[in-house]
Amino acid sequence: MSKSFVRTEFHPDLPAPISEAGIIGWLRHNLFSTWYNSLATLLVFYLAWLAIPPVIDWAFISSVWEANDYKECKAAGTGACWGMIDKRFNLFMYGFYDSNEFWRPNLAIVVFMIAMVPVLFDKVPGRKFCVPFLILGYPPLAVALIRGPVEMSTFQSTTGIVVWVAMFAGAVFLGHRGAKTLNAAMSGIGYTAAYIILFVIFISWGLGLTPTETDTYGGLMLTLILAGVGIAVSLPLGVLLALGRRASSMPIVQMLCIGFIEIIRSVPLISVLFMAQFMLPLFMPEGVKFDNVMRALVGFSLFAAAYMAEVIRGGLQAIPKGQFEAADSLGLNFYLNMRLIVLPQAMKIVIPGIVSTFIGLFKDTSLVSIIALADLLLVAKQSYTDSNWLGLEHTAYAFIAVIYFCICFSMSRYSMYLERKLHTGHKR
Amino acid sequence: MSDSNAAVAGNSESAITISAMHKWYGDFHVLKDINLTVERGERIVICGPSGSGKSTMIRCINRLEEHQKGSINVGGIELTNDLKNIDTIRREVGMVFQHFNLFPHLTVLENCTLAPIWVRKMPKAEAEEVAMKYLERVKIPEQALKYPGQLSGGQQQRVAIARSLCMSPEIMLFDEPTSALDPEMIKEVLDVMVDLAKEGMTMLVVTHEMGFAKQVADRVIFMDGGEIIEQNEPNEFFDNPQSDRTKLFLSQILGH
Repeated sequence: MSKSFVRTEFHPDLPAPISEAGIIGWLRHNLFSTWYNSLATLLVFYLAWLAIPPVIDWAFISSVWEANDYKECKAAGTGACWGMIDKRFNLFMYGFYDSNEFWRPNLAIVVFMIAMVPVLFDKVPGRKFCVPFLILGYPPLAVALIRGPVEMSTFQSTTGIVVWVAMFAGAVFLGHRGAKTLNAAMSGIGYTAAYIILFVIFISWGLGLTPTETDTYGGLMLTLILAGVGIAVSLPLGVLLALGRRASSMPIVQMLCIGFIEIIRSVPLISVLFMAQFMLPLFMPEGVKFDNVMRALVGFSLFAAAYMAEVIRGGLQAIPKGQFEAADSLGLNFYLNMRLIVLPQAMKIVIPGIVSTFIGLFKDTSLVSIIALADLLLVAKQSYTDSNWLGLEHTAYAFIAVIYFCICFSMSRYSMYLERKLHTGHKR
Repeated sequence: MSDSNAAVAGNSESAITISAMHKWYGDFHVLKDINLTVERGERIVICGPSGSGKSTMIRCINRLEEHQKGSINVGGIELTNDLKNIDTIRREVGMVFQHFNLFPHLTVLENCTLAPIWVRKMPKAEAEEVAMKYLERVKIPEQALKYPGQLSGGQQQRVAIARSLCMSPEIMLFDEPTSALDPEMIKEVLDVMVDLAKEGMTMLVVTHEMGFAKQVADRVIFMDGGEIIEQNEPNEFFDNPQSDRTKLFLSQILGH
């Protein structure tokens, strides 16, 4: 045979054989590719056949949708007693929150959801307005709506008011001066302080609504407050801690960050919550009253921030040195470098880790039932120990499991959408 | 202030003055007594075996590496720990890297407009206009809206050159710009660099492309062991090397 060969015409594309394409091809490749794969497939189908019909029967067919107590439920059917959920629905959603004021948390969550839509989905316009609103405007608004005016003794005396106004003026002056002299740290501290002062003044006014007691908060509302604040605080704080931990040019900052992260991470969340419950009041100046929910929020947010910091640090370490050098060589300062080059890339890499932390955080809120806060889990427990609804733990837990699942699963799906959307450089 | 500094040094004409500069990595003495003056518009090629400190030396010029002894003066500004001086110098000195170091999360156009917008405070429309001008000069305006990951190595390096040029630097540093490229892509990058040299840009190029050195360099510098061994005009340098180390190096790279 001759060694030289020249192809003169291209071979046409032929249709794939039936074993490779279509449903049969898919089944063959995915479910029955080997004998052990086939065995596993059959086993899974068998287990599903065993498990799913009874669950459907329990939840929908033999279940009782209307009842006034557990005896009626038992008499009417052997399945779930959804009548209990129906009767105790407000408890599951709001705890003991004053039922005349339900519109307030409702409004807070509706405003939040509307403002989140443009942030979550590119195609909806209005992100330019919604992002600053969610970061700056929404927190005081939500506090004012849900909590109402927070009584603060300093605002009851003229001197107190003068002092606060003076502090505000001072902070604005500092921020303005920093911005003028291009001192980023000075303007940052000044404007942040001014914002915090405004925040305090605003929540002490509280839109002029009736104050509510945090002891009455419970159910899904409390769970969402804890998780929402935890997420909102832990992300920026985590970024700062992660950057601080890598700031080798500032050894003291670095040491403080490492110390904070390592101490918090080596302690169980429960003990952090207990610490916040019993120790936090000791550190506060006299006259500052911290209620239970507030203490739990502080403990919770700090705990989450330590974990978040480590997740984000993982992302920072994945950024090649060349990226820092390129940014430096273009004259970008540290702040611009982080904001425009490093963090966008690092955060993208760790989206799965961040969302995992969020999901973990959301479920960890159930631990606050130990410090006597009536979150969703404790409300469920209270339901089936109520003398009217004895012995309905299956129904109660199934209901909150569905709520937890819906929220966590949507977070996880959204993170996958986000990963796909941000996919640009690293892989084609 | 910069004027007085320059007057003291007596080199108001030169773009870069490095005198008696030393650098250590820990105990390791990487750069030894570097003295180098670069005139405005001068094109210098730096060559030498790997590990000879040539990359480190040009990275000292925009403070990607810190020198420990001696002085570096860029455009009349002394390079010290003063962050303001460093930022000023970095704005005037562009750099092109061996591995391009484009920002993968930004499009080609955004890569080019980022620094002008944020550092030079240029309006976005103007920055985009400037960026398109330079992308045309490096002959890839049609790729402006793609991401770096979608381009070939040669195209990425040309984008990197355009990105630096968008800051309208006085001086361009090239750190082995063609070493990571496939042979058929080297030429497209070198062509862009030759054009740039013809337009009178002050250039310091670390490279093994001796053809490029012969074609455009005003001066070739040979480094070995952290020292400048020999420098000369390209013709003299290649035809009549003085030092034994230079002769050995040239025979190794030109021999095959």
